[in-house]
Amino acid sequence: MANPARYWREIPQRYRMEAGKCKSCNAVYFPPRLVCAQCGARQFETVKLSDQGKILTYTVIRVPTSQFADQTPFAVGIVELDGGVRITSQIVDVDFDSLAIGQRVRLEFRRIQKEGDAGLLLYGHKCVPA
Amino acid sequence: MAGIIGYGAYIPRNRIKVEEISKIWGADAPSYKRGLGLEEKSVPSPDQDTITMSVEAARKAIARAGIDPREIGAVYVGSESHPYAVKPSGTILAEAIGATPEVHSASFEFACKAGTEAMFVCLCQVESGRIKYGLAVGADTSQGAPGDALEYSTAAGAAAFLFGRDDVIATVDETYAFMTDTPDFWRREYQHYPRHGGRFTGEPAYFKHVLGAARGIMAKTKTKPRDFDYVVFHQPNGKFPMRAGRELGFTKEQTETGNLVPRLGNTYSGASPIGLTAILDVARPGNRILMVSYGSGAGSDAFIYTVTGRIRDVQDKAAKTRDMLDKNKVYLDYGTYAKYRGKILKAE
Amino acid sequence: MRDVAVLGVGLNKKWGELWEMSLRDIFVEAALNAFDDAAVDHIDSMYVGCMTGGMFASQEHLGSLMADYLGVKSIPVTRVESACASGGVAFRQGFIEVAAGVSDLVLVGGVEKMTDVSGDEATHALASAADMEYEGYQGITFPGLYALMARAHMHQFGTTREQLARVAVKNHKHGAMNPVAQFSFEVTLSDVLGSVLVADPLRLLDCSPITDGAAAAILCPLDMARKISKKPVVKVLASAQASDTIALHSRKDLTWLESTAKAAAGAYKMAGKGPHDLHVAELHDCFTIAEIMVLEALALVERGKGGQAAESGMTALGGKIPVNTSGGLKAKGHPVGATGVGQIVEIALQLRGEAGPRQVKGARVGLTQNMGGTGGSSVVHIFEAV
Repeated sequence: MANPARYWREIPQRYRMEAGKCKSCNAVYFPPRLVCAQCGARQFETVKLSDQGKILTYTVIRVPTSQFADQTPFAVGIVELDGGVRITSQIVDVDFDSLAIGQRVRLEFRRIQKEGDAGLLLYGHKCVPA
Repeated sequence: MAGIIGYGAYIPRNRIKVEEISKIWGADAPSYKRGLGLEEKSVPSPDQDTITMSVEAARKAIARAGIDPREIGAVYVGSESHPYAVKPSGTILAEAIGATPEVHSASFEFACKAGTEAMFVCLCQVESGRIKYGLAVGADTSQGAPGDALEYSTAAGAAAFLFGRDDVIATVDETYAFMTDTPDFWRREYQHYPRHGGRFTGEPAYFKHVLGAARGIMAKTKTKPRDFDYVVFHQPNGKFPMRAGRELGFTKEQTETGNLVPRLGNTYSGASPIGLTAILDVARPGNRILMVSYGSGAGSDAFIYTVTGRIRDVQDKAAKTRDMLDKNKVYLDYGTYAKYRGKILKAE
Repeated sequence: MRDVAVLGVGLNKKWGELWEMSLRDIFVEAALNAFDDAAVDHIDSMYVGCMTGGMFASQEHLGSLMADYLGVKSIPVTRVESACASGGVAFRQGFIEVAAGVSDLVLVGGVEKMTDVSGDEATHALASAADMEYEGYQGITFPGLYALMARAHMHQFGTTREQLARVAVKNHKHGAMNPVAQFSFEVTLSDVLGSVLVADPLRLLDCSPITDGAAAAILCPLDMARKISKKPVVKVLASAQASDTIALHSRKDLTWLESTAKAAAGAYKMAGKGPHDLHVAELHDCFTIAEIMVLEALALVERGKGGQAAESGMTALGGKIPVNTSGGLKAKGHPVGATGVGQIVEIALQLRGEAGPRQVKGARVGLTQNMGGTGGSSVVHIFEAV
């Protein structure tokens, strides 16, 4: 479960898909990092990821944790955004039977979690068919 | 002259038909459809709310306006279903579009006219020169009590407008407000569903204020219905806006482009704003548009717009409202609808 | 570096839902069995492999706790965590301490007490083996992550749903011969294929269970074992470990367990053996697809052909290289931190000829592979009867 600080510090990534691009070798990291795993450099610039991509693999979660009980069953996949960065994302507004590896999707702003009736609302992006 | 520089809407994909609701409560579907002028309405998914829809609508408005979001000086969301009672929806919206930190925000509430209130305030801030651009959103995921007449029409959607001085696509020629204390529909703090006055919501409420505002702005600008190409009214059902149009002297053709309610339902603070986006999607340079919102409690905001030559450059820059309304629909049964809308009592 | 032997092994009496046993008692029972098996009266140092005493049993500082309750209070005790590879990684640390000459008698124990929390809380605790902020945030579960790998493997290599199910059928057949195993029943192909969907395409019987259990092994220098051991001596030929990205989506190839491949390559090199030299193996079948992918990463089969192994009988008792004679994680159970050590116990029993009805005839060289999360860490050991 989140607490405000832990959620809040990931906002640039969750709301705006901000990633870090290594100034030496151009590798892009999402979320951003302190050191480049490819070349060891420590200087990065902020870049925004594409909001379009394709499904590399997917599943339908039928036994969720209780946080996600109301959304069940739901599809999740690994999506490669245009530009190469991969994310794990729910795939919504889609017929499960039509899910396919290679399918084009785009990102849409959604509420990812809800901390009960009185806690925080946690936002981010999910994928929808493009 | 200040005006709209970008616009966008968002309509969720899910729908539920009148028949699906009426069969649960033993009501006669055809008479509800006739009486309400409504076939189906939009339903938000459990992961959608006023904020998520506002973000999607706002992103389209920004795409059409082609501006740097950091230059947006105010972000206002008008809704009666703000996810937080204390914490403006605009804080999350502003962060998501990259307008923070030099930006004003507040949540607006005035039943179904909260969106147009936000539009009015943004316009004024731009006209005064205090801010360069203002973003106003009208959005709702409205709730209808199970078994109540409102359950057929309460829908979800959002419309966003960016206001500015340069490169406007539609100037705001005049505004007008008509407001009285009329308790036709309200919700007390901590209540889940609103209450309403039945037939009292018609003449003394909707019609008095909508017609009052329309007549007031036309008098102020010395215009007549025939001076307009389009008119869009608040649309709680399919009948009220058509009747308002008729009583004022507008034709069906002037009213129908902006009237989405037969297949969208009443998106409350999104209603006339979404209707306006549907008009802007097809409008031509020089078109004049009259918009009259209505919020219970009660009041109406009226705006007169003139579409500029720049409209053609922006219409295709983002998804069109009627495409979102008519394409890729997913029909729900009542059980799924009740689950999505949190109407099922669960264990603590 | 000295040669190292496994002097004694032990498990607690039964793996499963142990309502009456606490975290500390399960560990101590296994450790005492290892003491008895080794016939020693003291140890110099201890390692405790446990994924999360904190999230499952609200208990940390396991080093001190277990030293206290095992009655070895003042020795150095180190808690080791590497998600589901905690046990195997703990064993490697114990091996290194003996090999380096720092200690002569080291007990390595693995334990997990998973049933003091609800199923939902257990799922949440297990999910912490993944990237909580960028995988878990969207609601993915562990079966979900392995389902993503399964679908990619099926798409790329044509691995079938039935081939996955065959792994569960095989491991249950083995587990039915293991009195310690959580599940003592066999399952049929249609049982597996008809079990409820958990995360498409994985079904309930593709998934290892929630289990309480512990395992322990006592290590000593090979020379000492030759002198004092009452049992056939089992030498640790190799110990190798590798890591990979935490998130599945960061892996170069979604159908390949790079950390296992690297650890295996290191272990084969250190042992001077190849996959064809192995007689028996215990692999990390947290989900049926995992066993298939591990076989490929260990080079026991060609890339993409892992699905054929269980299907053809190659990895069954009596086959070319029996895999998971203990029942594997699927049938024996998967008390997370204990699993890696439990695998080593089974291989030791096999190499000593003590595996009873599960015995692989003439088994002299055995391998264990233990893995954390979706392959973020892997540890491989090779053993030989000497």
